[in-house]
Amino acid sequence: MHEVTAPPGATAPVFYELEAHAHGDGGTLIGFWLYLMSDCLIFAILFATYGVLGRNYAAGPSGADLFDLRLVAVNTGLLLLSSITYGFAMLEMEKDRVDTTLMWLAVTGLFGLGFLGIELYEFAHLIHEGATPQRSGFLSAFFALVGTHGLHVTFGTIWLVVLMVQVRQRGLVIENQRRLMCLSMFWHFLDVVWIGVFTFVYLMGSMR
Amino acid sequence: MFSNLDLQKLIFGRLTLEAIPYHEPILLVTFAMVALGGLALVGAVTWYGQWGYLWREWFTSVDHKKIGIMYVVLAIVMLLRGFADAIMMITQKALSVGASEGYLPPHHYDQIFTAHGTIMIFFMAMPFVTGMMNYIMPLQIGARDVAFPFLNNFSFWMTAGGAALTMVSLFVGEFARTGWLAYPPLSGAAYSPGVGVDYYIWGLQVAGVGTTLSGINLIATIIKMRAPGMSLMKMPIFCWTTLCSNALIITIFPVLTATLAMLTLDRYVGTHFFTNDFGGNSMLYMNLIWIWGHPEVYVLVLPAFGIYSEVVSTFCGKRLFGYTSMVYATAVIALLSWLVWLHHFFTMGAGANVNAFFGITTMIISIPTGAKVFNWLFTMYRGRIRLETPMIWVLGFIPTFVLGGLTGVLLAVPPADFVLHNSLFLVAHFHNVIIGGVVFGLLAGVNYWYPKAFGYKLDPFWGKVSFWCWLVGFWVVFTPIYALGLMGVTRRTQHFEDVSLQPYLTVAAIGAFIIMAGIAAFVIQLVVSYVRREQLRDLTGDPWGGRTLEWSTSSPPPPYNFAFTPVIHEIDAWWDMKRRGHDRPLDGFQPIHMPRNTGAGVVLAGLSTVLGFAMVWYIWWLAALSFVGLIAAAIIHTFNYNRDYYIPAEDVVRLEGQRTTQLVAGA
Repeated sequence: MHEVTAPPGATAPVFYELEAHAHGDGGTLIGFWLYLMSDCLIFAILFATYGVLGRNYAAGPSGADLFDLRLVAVNTGLLLLSSITYGFAMLEMEKDRVDTTLMWLAVTGLFGLGFLGIELYEFAHLIHEGATPQRSGFLSAFFALVGTHGLHVTFGTIWLVVLMVQVRQRGLVIENQRRLMCLSMFWHFLDVVWIGVFTFVYLMGSMR
Repeated sequence: MFSNLDLQKLIFGRLTLEAIPYHEPILLVTFAMVALGGLALVGAVTWYGQWGYLWREWFTSVDHKKIGIMYVVLAIVMLLRGFADAIMMITQKALSVGASEGYLPPHHYDQIFTAHGTIMIFFMAMPFVTGMMNYIMPLQIGARDVAFPFLNNFSFWMTAGGAALTMVSLFVGEFARTGWLAYPPLSGAAYSPGVGVDYYIWGLQVAGVGTTLSGINLIATIIKMRAPGMSLMKMPIFCWTTLCSNALIITIFPVLTATLAMLTLDRYVGTHFFTNDFGGNSMLYMNLIWIWGHPEVYVLVLPAFGIYSEVVSTFCGKRLFGYTSMVYATAVIALLSWLVWLHHFFTMGAGANVNAFFGITTMIISIPTGAKVFNWLFTMYRGRIRLETPMIWVLGFIPTFVLGGLTGVLLAVPPADFVLHNSLFLVAHFHNVIIGGVVFGLLAGVNYWYPKAFGYKLDPFWGKVSFWCWLVGFWVVFTPIYALGLMGVTRRTQHFEDVSLQPYLTVAAIGAFIIMAGIAAFVIQLVVSYVRREQLRDLTGDPWGGRTLEWSTSSPPPPYNFAFTPVIHEIDAWWDMKRRGHDRPLDGFQPIHMPRNTGAGVVLAGLSTVLGFAMVWYIWWLAALSFVGLIAAAIIHTFNYNRDYYIPAEDVVRLEGQRTTQLVAGA
């Protein structure tokens, strides 16, 4: 019943790959891209939430009352610079220089820590003034969006430190290069998200 | 005295002995049965000394085939739990009419309908579908594994961890009483102060991580690991549906994660995302949860459509009719599924234009779906239909699903929805498409691919008994429920004053017992087939005269799937190979590069589950400890660079030699 007859004149082409090919990596970068896109949707939802709740002040303070744009400008500068220095680290990685790669990674990490420090200072200041996440829908959405970005930067920084240890231990082997590439995408992605946060939350918030 | 109490709070959070529902006889008996069954299982595994085997060969396995089987086993276990909830609900409804109160008090009944929905979608249908995709898709594209084998193992254990948390709520504490999507403000801290909603949240969050990662994994696999020659438009249709389904997964599960995280903050921290006061907006939750929820049903049904397509072309001995249109129909359904979420709350009052937009997009979905139905029918037309078990599931599916689709189009009309909203008509509609569409498809898939996974066919007699019980049982349950819905009976009702409703509810309850017979027949089918496995044995690896690459390898396939990567020239690659005469290579085998098993997935998912449990019960020290442990374990895992090995050529020669012997014996 299952017999299949070949049509007359049919020739059998090559049906098997007899030489082994490297079925190597390949997938990691696209996989990481897909992860970033799904992460991007988490931010999209938080932005949408901010869009819906962003003016629900509940008789509390608004963005114009709270935001200190100079502080946020410094913070934005730190994060943008950290993306540039990460780029320098990747350039050094291409040249297979372990020490300078590590040096630029360290600079990136310091910028990241600076960013987090200022953000924590800002949060502490807001909470001290009574602008807590519990105060209004606006502040809940604000802390969720900015805080989620901050958490990402925190994990990125931890990841950076781990990678520095691994590069120190094993050098710029192929696995470490791949991991540095993934973290690079992650770091730049956070930068892009921050541009959105800076524009929609801080700049437009200050104008309201 | 007080310091004593504080110490207890410090150690156990809000977990006290009161949380064990020993005053509820139903739960006590259930617990006794589960405990006895569990002990028997653990005892048996210990007695036969199988723990090492299970750990090495299954729990830590990164083989997509074993992970696929574990997903399906989880799904079947959860099907039994979810169905137990169903039968309790419907018997309660049938009994609790007029003067009688039935046997389930409201607070228990509410937990049951919540658990039923949550379990059936998240822990039955999702693992079942994911398991199928995991097992079959890499074989169909001629790959040796998925793109990220370790991640696959981790994803499975996260799903299992979420399921475990949900199951624990049965015996320690309570489950949510809010309905399966936990709408605020009811699910907020003020109206649901107990642990039920927290179990719901953490169960879904833990499982959701697994689902998202598995979606990423399967898409990367399809994009990067297809055998040479297999362009996208030469992929088997099941791979296409897998691709679209996982594309939906990675776009919607982040939405669920973010939404539930905000609900968590409302409950734990006192923020105002979805509250009634201080600028919160509960309708925002409805929008967000359905932006996840509506595509979710297509996540489930698209792979089922893929299964029907594979089955119908195999058992009609024909190429699938309209392959290209099937691909586009799948993609269009996936796209449109993002644009219909608001039809779940037309009554919100968004205005006539908004409702009209979402009503129309909803109705448009029926067009590509209808195209699919015609493709299946035209594949059968003038085909040589073999009425094997998988095929009769398809034949049962088509009329059942079409009727479910029609009631869906009816509900898509906003004015009609205003009448039918929140009624049993809606309940009948979505059971009609989910049972008739998803469950029938999965059972067709089990019957179709079981010989591939285990090397013997499933017993056809018990398979057909199961089919007829499911089909007849389904209609006996849901015809009266449709009728009740049209009469205006609301869903989630624990008691009815109107005695004239009782005959309908009684018929529905009888139907539920017929479905129960169908599930029993399925379990019997598994047992009988195991006992009769020598008669049902398939040595060829191609018991049905298959068309796609999974049938070109042995049953069950070797760990590396294909000793030599196949080269693809046409759709239905294996059919093409058989038709044009392929010569299976008998020598020249080389060592095969494979990923190594690891226990990291079990550890990470275990810690996540403990974290969830600690958060549910406010056991802060344990939550902190498991969170730190989780991060540490993840970091330690990255220091393991020794992740792969080679299967030596001699082993490949041996396994392929066995295959040659089998093929000779089977011919």
